Amino acid sequence: MTTTTAQIGRPAPRAVRYGSISRGQRRALYWSYFFLVLFVIFFLMPPVYMLITSLKSSAEIGAVTNPWWVYHPTLENYTTLLTQKSFLTFFRNSAVVSVLVVSLSMVISVLAAFSLARMKFWGSATLATGVFLTYLIPDTLLFIPLFKIFAWIHDQTGIELINHWWVLIFLYPTLTVPFCTWIMIGYFSSIPKELDEAALIDGAGYMQILTRVFIPVALPGIIAATIFAFTVSWANFLYPLAFTTSEDQLVLPVGIVTTLIKGDVYNWGQIMTGALLGAAPPLIIYAFLMDYYIAGLTAGATKG
Amino acid sequence: MAQVALRSIVKTFDKTPAVQGIDLDIADREFIVLVGPSGCGKSTTLRMIAGLEEATSGEIYIGDQLVNDVPPKDRDIAMVFQNYALYPHMTVYENMSFGLRLKKFPKPEIKERVENAARILDITDLLDRRPKQLSGGQRQRVAMGRAIVRNPKVFLFDEPLSNLDAKLRVQMRTEIKKVHQKVTTTTVYVTHDQIEAMTLADRVVVMNGGRIEQIGTPNDVYHHPKTRFVAGFIGSPAMNFIPSRLVEKNDGLAVQLSDRLSLPVPESRVARYRPHTGNEVIFGIRPEHLIEKRGDLPPGYVAFDVLLDVVEPMGMETMVYFIVDGVEVCGRVNPAAAGKAGETMPIVADLNQMHLIDPRTDQVL
Repeated sequence: MTTTTAQIGRPAPRAVRYGSISRGQRRALYWSYFFLVLFVIFFLMPPVYMLITSLKSSAEIGAVTNPWWVYHPTLENYTTLLTQKSFLTFFRNSAVVSVLVVSLSMVISVLAAFSLARMKFWGSATLATGVFLTYLIPDTLLFIPLFKIFAWIHDQTGIELINHWWVLIFLYPTLTVPFCTWIMIGYFSSIPKELDEAALIDGAGYMQILTRVFIPVALPGIIAATIFAFTVSWANFLYPLAFTTSEDQLVLPVGIVTTLIKGDVYNWGQIMTGALLGAAPPLIIYAFLMDYYIAGLTAGATKG
Repeated sequence: MAQVALRSIVKTFDKTPAVQGIDLDIADREFIVLVGPSGCGKSTTLRMIAGLEEATSGEIYIGDQLVNDVPPKDRDIAMVFQNYALYPHMTVYENMSFGLRLKKFPKPEIKERVENAARILDITDLLDRRPKQLSGGQRQRVAMGRAIVRNPKVFLFDEPLSNLDAKLRVQMRTEIKKVHQKVTTTTVYVTHDQIEAMTLADRVVVMNGGRIEQIGTPNDVYHHPKTRFVAGFIGSPAMNFIPSRLVEKNDGLAVQLSDRLSLPVPESRVARYRPHTGNEVIFGIRPEHLIEKRGDLPPGYVAFDVLLDVVEPMGMETMVYFIVDGVEVCGRVNPAAAGKAGETMPIVADLNQMHLIDPRTDQVL
């Protein structure tokens, strides 16, 4: 009895097969490509569909054909839109608003972040958290109070703020400044304290420390924040929808929707073309600054 | 060029005292090293001289000027930081010239000063590089160069060698000494490394718990420590401390280390120690004064046998550890004479170099 159990307990030696490391790596690579391709298909489908539709005439869009193929490609939608005065006005309004909002937000948030990150004054830590908390409040909650404020200002001063495109320049920073400030606080905090002390001893004032040391060192973060501010102000839909109504005061996202949808008539070809053209500027900016954007978003996380 | 004076400097952080009343006079061109364990207030003291921290009370003079309320940039000082603090987006040349450019110096003079400093530090061919492309030692040279070009009244060094590896640290130590011989600016240097302090300083300031324990030349603090802390902190391996009692014997004063071992106090010390007869004392002796027996014993030398506990060969000498009255004691002997662990070995103590410490006040008697 004992001998049998002993034999069972000692199985015959079996050759262990190890997979090679490079084979394992290659398999992991195949899988990651598989999922990447899946993701790319998923996320590229809408823009590709937009592109295809934008190249079709209204008749072809309405016809029962393969929606993923263009049988009679035409640039008609593009030429119509780009020669239409209102579309160009939307584009100009959007561009002016975005550029000014980005500049304004960056000036405010860089200065705010510098003081919150570096000058330890009474309540600075609470204030820094407060800045972030304001970002958590969605704009859907803000636009009614803002409406009230505008009405109050109108009553008090007679200045009409509603239905002017330029009022967006003051509205968008409520969305961009908190987040940009937050990014910049993280970025500035990751700069070693000795660097500003060295600059201080070298004879720099606070403003010089900011412009000659902090801004150059934190450039990736600044670019990331700039891209964010641009994206928000370029693509925001709710505020312009709520605060602007006249056709010449609209910005691109609202303009496309309000002028190209007439009642229940959807001018799909032009809507898609407009959306595609509207998406182009952020796309171009991303393409050029992508590396900076990623570096900026991750740097705060690892060093901060 | 200037002298620096600190008068009853106190610094508290949120009621936690960091520096508790420091008086220090630093002569023009002197190289002063503040040394002590972490948290002893040495860096805080340096930062107060720099103007990066405000003194809670007391007065700081640079030259003849009271600088308590003078911002760092107007104190005419230069500082070298532990982590170099080079501006990462500037080249070496731009890093070194930053201060001069802020002060709007004429371009030719900036160039001349930077090139001169680069020559002193042997970094002329690095001037176009960025800090990222430099090794630790090179970065520290650039940081020193940034200080030198300013031609300040005082150099401040805040643990500048702590980030370097051991070999480079020794090299840079020599380098700093050389630079100070060429550019004889008043220097305050902070370190926790007592060897750095000994090798660099004209005078060493040993600090502990926010206070100065002793100020003196390296040899002074080494051979004539005033307190138990200084005796134990300076020197490596550290001084041995054995609790004992000072007793009167038939043939004079003696230190009773244990029931079996008592060491006679040498003639030269008798008068000094006589008033403490009968008291508990701490007997302090450095490892290099516990050596192997060689020939006749000169006056003040006493031989006794010890049971070796641990033996550590170092090459040029061997550390032997043995137990005296429950305390581990280290001796430094000739490798040829060292026994093995577990063996008995005759050890000679040079009592002319002994110290007695009052355990109640921690003062060296």
